[in-house]
Order: sequence, then C-alpha cells, then structure tokens
Amino acid sequence: MMRFLLLFSRQGKLRLQKWFTPMAEREKKKIIRDMTTMVLARQPRSCNFLHWKDLKVIYKRYASLYFCLAVDNQENELLALEVIHRYVELLDKYFGNVCELDIIFNFEKAYFILDEFLMGGEIQETSKQMVNRSIEASDMLQEDDNSDWYEVELFG
Amino acid sequence: MSPSVPLQEMIRAIRSARTQCEERGVIQRECAAIRAQFRQSDNGGRSHNLAKLLYVHMLGYPAHFGQMECVRMIASPRYSEKRVGYLGAMMLLDEKQDASLLITNSIKNDLSHSNQYVQSLALCTLACMGSAEMCRDLAPEIDRLLRASNSYIKKKAALCAVHIVRKVHDLGELFAPAARSLLTEKNHGVLHGAVVLITELCERNPETLERFRKNVPDLVQIMKGLVISGYSPEHDVAGISDPFLQVRILRLLRILGRNNEAASDAMNDLLAQVATNTDSTKTVGNAVLYETVLTVLDIKSESGLRVLAVNILGRFLLNNDRNIRYIAMISLQKIVGTDHNAVQRHRGTIVDCLKDQDASVKRRALDLSLALVSASNIRSMMKELLLFLSSCPLELRSQAASGIFNAAERYAPSQRWHIDTILHVLTTAGGDVRDETVPNLIQLITNASELHCYTVHKLYRALLTDISQQSLVQVACWCIGEYGDLLLRGECQETEAVQVSEDDVLDALETVLQSHMSSPATRGFALTATMKLSTRITDNVDRIRSIVSIYGSCIDVELQQRAVEYNALFKKYDHMRAAVLERMPVIEKNSPGHTNGESTGEPVKDIQPAKVKQGGPLLPQQPANQVCDLLDLLGGSEEPLQPSPAVAGTAPGLPANTISQAGGDLLDLLGGLEPAPLAPAPAMPVYEKDGVTLTLSCEKQSDSGLTVTLTASNSTDSDISSFTLQAAVPKSVQLHMKAPSGDSLPARGAAKVTQMVVLNNPNKVNLKMRVRISYNSQGSAFQDTVQIDSFPGLSAAGH
Repeated sequence: MMRFLLLFSRQGKLRLQKWFTPMAEREKKKIIRDMTTMVLARQPRSCNFLHWKDLKVIYKRYASLYFCLAVDNQENELLALEVIHRYVELLDKYFGNVCELDIIFNFEKAYFILDEFLMGGEIQETSKQMVNRSIEASDMLQEDDNSDWYEVELFG
Repeated sequence: MSPSVPLQEMIRAIRSARTQCEERGVIQRECAAIRAQFRQSDNGGRSHNLAKLLYVHMLGYPAHFGQMECVRMIASPRYSEKRVGYLGAMMLLDEKQDASLLITNSIKNDLSHSNQYVQSLALCTLACMGSAEMCRDLAPEIDRLLRASNSYIKKKAALCAVHIVRKVHDLGELFAPAARSLLTEKNHGVLHGAVVLITELCERNPETLERFRKNVPDLVQIMKGLVISGYSPEHDVAGISDPFLQVRILRLLRILGRNNEAASDAMNDLLAQVATNTDSTKTVGNAVLYETVLTVLDIKSESGLRVLAVNILGRFLLNNDRNIRYIAMISLQKIVGTDHNAVQRHRGTIVDCLKDQDASVKRRALDLSLALVSASNIRSMMKELLLFLSSCPLELRSQAASGIFNAAERYAPSQRWHIDTILHVLTTAGGDVRDETVPNLIQLITNASELHCYTVHKLYRALLTDISQQSLVQVACWCIGEYGDLLLRGECQETEAVQVSEDDVLDALETVLQSHMSSPATRGFALTATMKLSTRITDNVDRIRSIVSIYGSCIDVELQQRAVEYNALFKKYDHMRAAVLERMPVIEKNSPGHTNGESTGEPVKDIQPAKVKQGGPLLPQQPANQVCDLLDLLGGSEEPLQPSPAVAGTAPGLPANTISQAGGDLLDLLGGLEPAPLAPAPAMPVYEKDGVTLTLSCEKQSDSGLTVTLTASNSTDSDISSFTLQAAVPKSVQLHMKAPSGDSLPARGAAKVTQMVVLNNPNKVNLKMRVRISYNSQGSAFQDTVQIDSFPGLSAAGH
C-alpha cells in the first residue's frame, strides 16, 4: 500500500500532504523535513527511486512541484510513477493547464480529486473519465446547496 | 474584531508577507477571527472558515481548535459543509484524538444516506482514519454496501473493507464471500477493489488463500480479456489496457501460485502471453512486464518461462531509462543466488553499468558484479572492479574494497596475482580499507615465500611515490624490515633490477618516521623496521643506532618505549640482537591474535556434559536469566527445587549467552562445587519483616562481574518452609542464580539459607536488584518484594 503522498515546491514549501496511515503530528513533521531534504538534494538526471527506512520513495518533478510518494517495499515502483502521472493528469484536466498556483489557491479541490482517485493507500478508480465525472457531480451538488454568499465569492 | 477575509484573499495575504514574523502575524489574526466565527452559530461562511484553518494547518501552524468544528460540520445537512468537514476530519483527526469517536455516528448515518456522494465521503473518511472500534462497529454496514449498491459505492466499500481488515484482522472472514462475488463485475473500479481486497485477505490468512486458489482460472480469464481485447478508450494508457488492474491481478496470481504446482501451471500460458505481447516502449508497459517477471520468478514456473523472465530483465538493463536499469538490477540481485547461470549471461551489461552516472545504479551494479565473480571470470572481473575503484564515489569505496578483497581471497588464480591486486587496492583506496587488511596482507606475504623479493621491491617503489596511504605504508615498512636484505641485493626475477643502497632504504624509512602524515601506528612500524635492518645491513648500523636513540625521548609513549627497548638491545643485549631480529616464521591464519573473543567458548562447553552426568534434579536456571527487566519479576520462572548438590544445578542451566562471560563464569562454576560458601564481605541487611531477615554481601569478581550472596534467617518461633528467592535486574545486566543451600528456615535462627547470585554488568549501568521472597509459615503463604539500590563494597555507580 501507499504510505503517504507529499507535494512540495523547489523551496521546500509543502503544498499537499496525504497520509494513509495514522501518525503523530511530530512524526509527520519529521518525515516532511526528511523527504524534502532528501529529494531536493538529488541530481537532475538521477533515478526516481530512493530507499528510506523500510519504504520505497518514488518522486517526480513536474515544473516547480515535486510529487513524492512513499510505498511499501513490495510495491511496483514503475507503477507508482504511473500513479503520480495519473494524478497530475487529473489535476490538469480539472484546472486546465494546472500550475502550482492552482494547487495553492484551490488546495481543497486538489484533495477532493485525490480522494476520488486513491483511497486507503490503494488506487480507487482506474478510469480518468470516471474520476472527472465524479468530481464534476460533487461540485454541482455543492453549488446546489450553497448560500448567496458563496456564489458571490466564486464570481466576485 | 476584524472581519474574516475570504479564503483566497487570506492565502494571498499570507503569501505576500515578506518575513516569517509578518506571516505569523497574519496567521495569528486570521486564527483569532476563525475561532470567533466558530463560536458563533450557523452562518453561511462556516465551510470557508474551516478551509482557511486547514490551509493554516498545512503551513505547519497548530489547528487543533478546529477539531470540534469538523465534528459539527460533518453532522450538517448541507453537502458543502459535510465535504469540508470530512476533509478536516481526515487532516486534523486521527484515531488517537478523542474527537474522532464523535464522528462515528455521523459516518454511520451517512453510510446509508440517499445521496451516493455523501456515502462516498463517509466511506473515504472511514478508510482514511477509521480506528479499530469504528471499524468493528461499521463492518456489517460495509459488507452490506459491498453486496447491494451501485458500482460507484461498491468500489469504495471494497477499499474500505481493505482498511478494516488491516485494522481488525479477524473481520477478514466476514468479507471473503462478498469479495469472491465481486470478481464477476465488469466495472474496472470495482474489479480493482475486489482484487486488492482478495490480496489482503490471502496475505493474512492461509486458509483463505487455499480457498481463493480456486479462482485462479477466473483471474486468468480477466487478464486475458485485458491483454488481448481491443482498444478500450476509457482505460487505455499508451496502448496498455488498464495497467493498474493488470499489475494488481499479476500480484494476486503471484501470491496464489507461490509454492503451488497446480495454480502455477494454470497461469503459465497467460504469463508467457503477457511477457511477449506487452509493448515495452513506454514506462507503463515496462511496469506490467516488471510485475510479470516478479510473478514468474516467484511461482513454480517452468524453466522456459524463467529464462524468458531473466531475458526481459536483461533487456531492461540495456534500456535508456535509468529507472528501468535500476529496477532490473534490483531484481537480478534477488535471483543471482538461485538462477546464477541465467544472470551470468548478462554479466557484460552489468559490468558496463558500473560506469553509469547515477549513484544508485552504480551501487546496484557493484553489488551484482561482486555476486557474479567466479573462478572462471576472476581476472576480467577484477580488471573492471579495480577500474571502478579508482573512479567510484567515496561512499562506495570501502564496500568496493572489501568486496574486492573477498573475491580475491576466494578465487585468486595465483599468489602473485593476489598480492598485486591487494597492492593495487591499497594504492588506490588505502584509506578506506578495513583494519584487518594489514595483518591479513602480511600473513599472505609471509606465505608466498618465493615472492618475497618481488613483493619487497614493489612495496619499496610504492613507498617512494606516496606515503599518505597508511595501510600501504605499514605493510611496506614491515616488508622492508623483514626482507631488506633481498631489497639490497638488487636482483629480482619478476621485476626489473634496480640498485638500492642502504642509505636509500634508511632514507625512505626515516621519511615515514618524520612525516606528519604518518599515524602513530605507522611510525611504530617504521621504527621497528629500521631496527630489524640492523641485522640485515652491514655498513650503516651506526645510523640506525642514532635514529633509535633519538626516538628514546619521543613524546609518543609507544614510540619512546620501543626506542628505549631497542637501545637496550644495542647496548646491554647486543649478543641477543641477531636472534631477536631474525626472520619471522610463516604466520598461520586464525592464530590466537586474530580471534580474541570466541576462543574462550570452548572450555566451558567441555565442562558442561561432564557436569550433567553427575545427576541430581535439573534446576531450571534459564528463567532466572531471562528475568532481566526490573518490572517483570515473574518471567514464568519456577522456584528452585529441593536442595540438590549445587554441582548439577549450575552447569546444564547455562544458556548460550552466559558462556560469553567465559572467564568470570568459569571460575564460578568451579566455585559452585563446594557447598555454598559463607558470605566473605560485610553483610548488609536488606530486608527485615515478620521475623525473616535477609542480608546481602557482595564480592567483585572482575571488571564487570559481581557475586552477591543472600543469606536468610528466621527468628520466629515456627519453622518456615518452601523459602524461595527470585531476583530481577535492569535490562543490560546479566543475572545467574545458583542453587540455594536449602529452602527451609528452622525457627529461632537455628540454620540459615544462602543463595549466590552472579551478576555481570558490562555496560556499567546503575546496579539495582529487586528480590521477591516467598515462603510458607504456619500453613499460609507469604510473599514480599524488596529493592536493593546499593551494594556494599561497590561505589554508588555500581562499578
């Protein structure tokens, strides 16, 4: 299973964190520090796989964001790269040419999309269209029962 | 209070803060506003407040005051509030927080909500942070959803079930039937979830594994459908139809086929088909191929298929993509033991990877290359490895050096080759080799007697070029000292002759002695070598004498001692000098000097069988040894039985780990032969209650060993029977209780009971001992515990 997914910028600022196992706050902070240091220190054209404690860490850089996924030792690393790529594609479809700012200002949407794609450390849906459709439907449901105030914010 | 700012404006404000301090200020203001808003009753902006708080939390600031708000939002009827509430629950709550219990009810209600998106929120949250109690509570509900709902919910319920099984293993049985029926679904999401669930169940329970083996044909069928069927736009990734599902099914097949001929046969054809038909130009195809290879190598596949798998790995090695090369090497490493010949075929490619730019790839290539060295390829491999050593990154050097040494030792075709190789390593990476290299090399050199001349010439030349590599310099000095006469003779069959005068040699040694690069050990070598030369050269003995006397006042104590002794050898014991400094005999491998630790094991073991034959009831001494934890006094130990002759009790009970105490214990074993000796040192009373007195005296046996003698006496008017003592000590201390002298204490102190306890405190921790006293008196059982913090005759620190 996947243990955690982290997105951080080249300066080490965290943009998204998803933990698939329960962990104390202090431990999470330490892991974030370790991951950012390790991944940011890597040479540009090196292997995308790292070993950290008893986990495999797969990372990939997309523009200014590093996507860092930690999996159990018996997982398939090449498939993990595909998982990261799939998530980027989903974000891209939703935001239209996604960039780091989209994820910063709409972080909760990034989480909602992630929650339609992965769950409990495993892949939930393998079809891109299905995930997109679910997100669209949920968004419409949200718009339906919102207040005037929310509407103002969206178009204001 | 200031009005709260909409979410995006707040983010902008935080980002525009120029310093950390400014950012903290903005966040503090925002958090205060958010807190105030939480306290107000329902207003339209609740979800935005929580979202702001979650953003602040992601930046690393505390957000625990939002937990109750999450609980409230989850219970709200509005979807937008539920959505953010559940997100907050997943980010801020985990099973350790008390607030997490409060959402169990909301989740339960939402699981049967009419709207599937609300159900999905509940399922997602449960799978993310559901505690064991919540899982147990809601498992039947999840099972219901697994059977009767739409595919959107079914796939989520399946992964929720996976989480439940991980948290509460026994519930696996509950989900097995539903999981099996899900295999007939057409929807890929549900199918994927089902396969993950079945994998989880099979990994945890071997019986479930047996039952699911029957489904191998179904899985094979599904896989075939994916591999052969036409283009399906919805699940296609670069020409591969749903690679995620394919990989999961392959993994499940691997688990089902492991150690089972029948299942492995059933999937043979399929695996061959996937291996040959999958397009390997993109990463996604290689991911599927990789999983296939892993499966083939793990199940009982036929040899043709195995060769196919290894060939795929060989192809991976030639791939331009660095990740794929890395993967290939990891997999080859796993099978190099079992399929050695198959891997040997790809040796050339592996050796080429030693020259790769990437450090991880280099490391893997090094491991694999060392594993592939054999008697037939040793010369060519060693050439490559030595080349690698000269250019490899620093962190791999010592590993490479020791690997080369091992390989050389096992497969050296000739002694000269062996010595050459070691010398080469020492000149290239002398600083990174292990310490035992020097004595090992010296031992090797003495054994190769016909090569002494060659060796000493080579080493002398190496010494002239570079004296910074300490191991090399040490060996060189030693050889020059030993074989200096061969060096000076000038002729040598193996290398070109060069004229070396005695002054040259002494110059070289003096350079080493005076250089600031030489370590103290190296200078010791050089000094001794200089001294040895006094019997091997003829003209410059005076020069040697003066060098030696200079060092008689050296600051380094070791050098000074050597110099003074050598001086004495010149002056008072000149008649012995020649004999003392003559050629050394061939050094045997594994001489006592090499293995200091293990040799003492033997004698103790010899004594054991003899003692056992002496009969008498076996006293179970092992439990006492395991009672090391101060708090765990009763490690299931039984009290020692009748007072048998102390002899039989001690020896058989010695578990292996106390044998390492060797010296101290050996003496105590013999000491145990006599009836328990009286306490020699001053006895200190440690316990006095109800007429039972316990005194303690101790005697230091060694630096870390201590013998404690406990003496009990009974001053009441009635006899005491079944008197036993149990002891516990801190974790790193070793404890060994001898047989007590008896177990009955007659009234009015007519006789005493003594028991010896041997302690070993290697880590020199603060020595404490807890003693539990149990006995029967006047028909009732008594028990008491006393803690001893200080031992007479020991300092407070317990040394």
